[in-house]
Amino acid sequence: MTEKPYNNAAWWMVLPVLVFVLFSAILPVMTVVNYSVQDAMAANHFFWNSDGWFRDLLNPSTDIGARFSDALTRNLAFSVLALLIEVPLGISVALCLPRTGRTVGPFLVVLALPMLIPFNVVGTIWQIFSRADIGLFGAALTGLGLNYNVTQNAVSAWSTIVVIDVWHWTPLVVLLSYAGLRAIPDAFYQAARIDGASRWATFAYIELPKLRRVLVLAILLRFMQTFMIYTEPFVVTGGGPGSATTFLSIDLVKIALGQVDLGNAAAMSLVYNLITITLCWIFYTIMTQLDSRGDS
Amino acid sequence: MKRVPLPRLALGVYMVALMLPIYWLVILSLRSNEDIMSQLALWPHHPTLAKYIAIFNDPTWVHAFGISLSYVAINTVISVCVALPAAYAFNRYRFVGDKHMFFWLLSNLMAPTAIFAMPFFNLYYALGLFDTVWAVALAHCLFNVPVAVWILEGFINGVPREIDETAAIDGYSFPRFFIKIFLPLIANGIGVTAFFCFMFSWIEQLLATTLTSSNALPFAAVMRRSYSAAGMDWALLSAAGVLTMIPGALVIWFVRNHIAKGFALGRV
Repeated sequence: MTEKPYNNAAWWMVLPVLVFVLFSAILPVMTVVNYSVQDAMAANHFFWNSDGWFRDLLNPSTDIGARFSDALTRNLAFSVLALLIEVPLGISVALCLPRTGRTVGPFLVVLALPMLIPFNVVGTIWQIFSRADIGLFGAALTGLGLNYNVTQNAVSAWSTIVVIDVWHWTPLVVLLSYAGLRAIPDAFYQAARIDGASRWATFAYIELPKLRRVLVLAILLRFMQTFMIYTEPFVVTGGGPGSATTFLSIDLVKIALGQVDLGNAAAMSLVYNLITITLCWIFYTIMTQLDSRGDS
Repeated sequence: MKRVPLPRLALGVYMVALMLPIYWLVILSLRSNEDIMSQLALWPHHPTLAKYIAIFNDPTWVHAFGISLSYVAINTVISVCVALPAAYAFNRYRFVGDKHMFFWLLSNLMAPTAIFAMPFFNLYYALGLFDTVWAVALAHCLFNVPVAVWILEGFINGVPREIDETAAIDGYSFPRFFIKIFLPLIANGIGVTAFFCFMFSWIEQLLATTLTSSNALPFAAVMRRSYSAAGMDWALLSAAGVLTMIPGALVIWFVRNHIAKGFALGRV
């Protein structure tokens, strides 16, 4: 394939996107930067605070610093746990799906359904479903003699949020893996059969390498979504009990809109965003390298 | 009896587990509150549509449903129209800063929305758009424009460049080529992109509720409001929840054969 032509006039076609996203991204980020270096005493009365908010935030011995590092650890643990469950489960389900036939369409629709439900309704569904008095899930667990109570027990609250995330988003991993699997030509499977490859060998040497690109994408999307999880814990546990399920976004909204503590909130926003951009860049680099090697 | 192969069985179990919470919501919406509180039941013994009728007869709910649909529609149209030429440019040309620009778009898609809640509130308040559908429609462009560019770029990648060149030789001007020849070729991709914009705008609630207060309250915010009023009306809440699933369930049928490709951002 020939190289793409070099043409700076193409910028004119990108311009509308640039305008929209500049308006939505740069302006608000500048406001945040502004708050993060100043201290608002009274309305419209600002003092230069230099890097004060940042020093507090990144120093775990201050109140806000301890709070931030706790929320960060909690959130990272949650993201890793969710990925460890969702990726293997998603691949397994994708392998079980029929490759062709009339049932494929309905299966895909059912799989995508949880992802089409507004976040707060997902919260409501599970709020009801996990109650011991009116919810099947809660009643079943209590019936088994477990001490299950989302609002009282930290372990229950945590596992419920993980179960919700797995329920809500494993279908994304399934759909991505399924798209990757369908792109593998039948000839590959025939060759494997002729060589007498076991099911496991077929998976490890044919399917998994072909899935690499979509899996990187799945991990990227899932990691980012779990890293910014907000509505589900907000509706189901409210961040509690105590602060057991207070993840980064919940904490940020509490500080910014609850306590109107603008300086701390702004510094936290920037550090939070910087972490996501760095992680995103790492994934993006891996993905573009896979693309350029032609591993699709 | 025929033996069911293990993968089929596992798939069946997974599908049932996936549907169970939704099924539970549906049956609660068909029962009365007294019935719900008195016993657990796997199916409604005395099904009633009372709560649905109550929602349809309440102008607040109906209005909010219209609000939600209108900002989603505005946002989808804007996102797709703006993203089309950009996706074409990214796929067909190299230009100064193209890779950085593409990554920057992606990073907006990944930015936690909670960060934008407070500054967006200030911004749209200053612009006088606060509490209108436009505020939400524009705010959702933050992630939907990048999503649209990504997915469309993948689909455009599947159209051979020779087609562009042949059209140019045949004397088509660029705009005519783009509208008459190119757009029909990626019609599937446009459909899938519109679906994804619809979906992401429909499910997002943090910005939608932050940027509205009374006139343009989205459906989900009205749901939250009904929470505190005189205890929990579980049946009403369930019925409202079921209604929010209907638009998604309707549109997904049209793109069912392309959703997997869409989630892979157009490239598999």
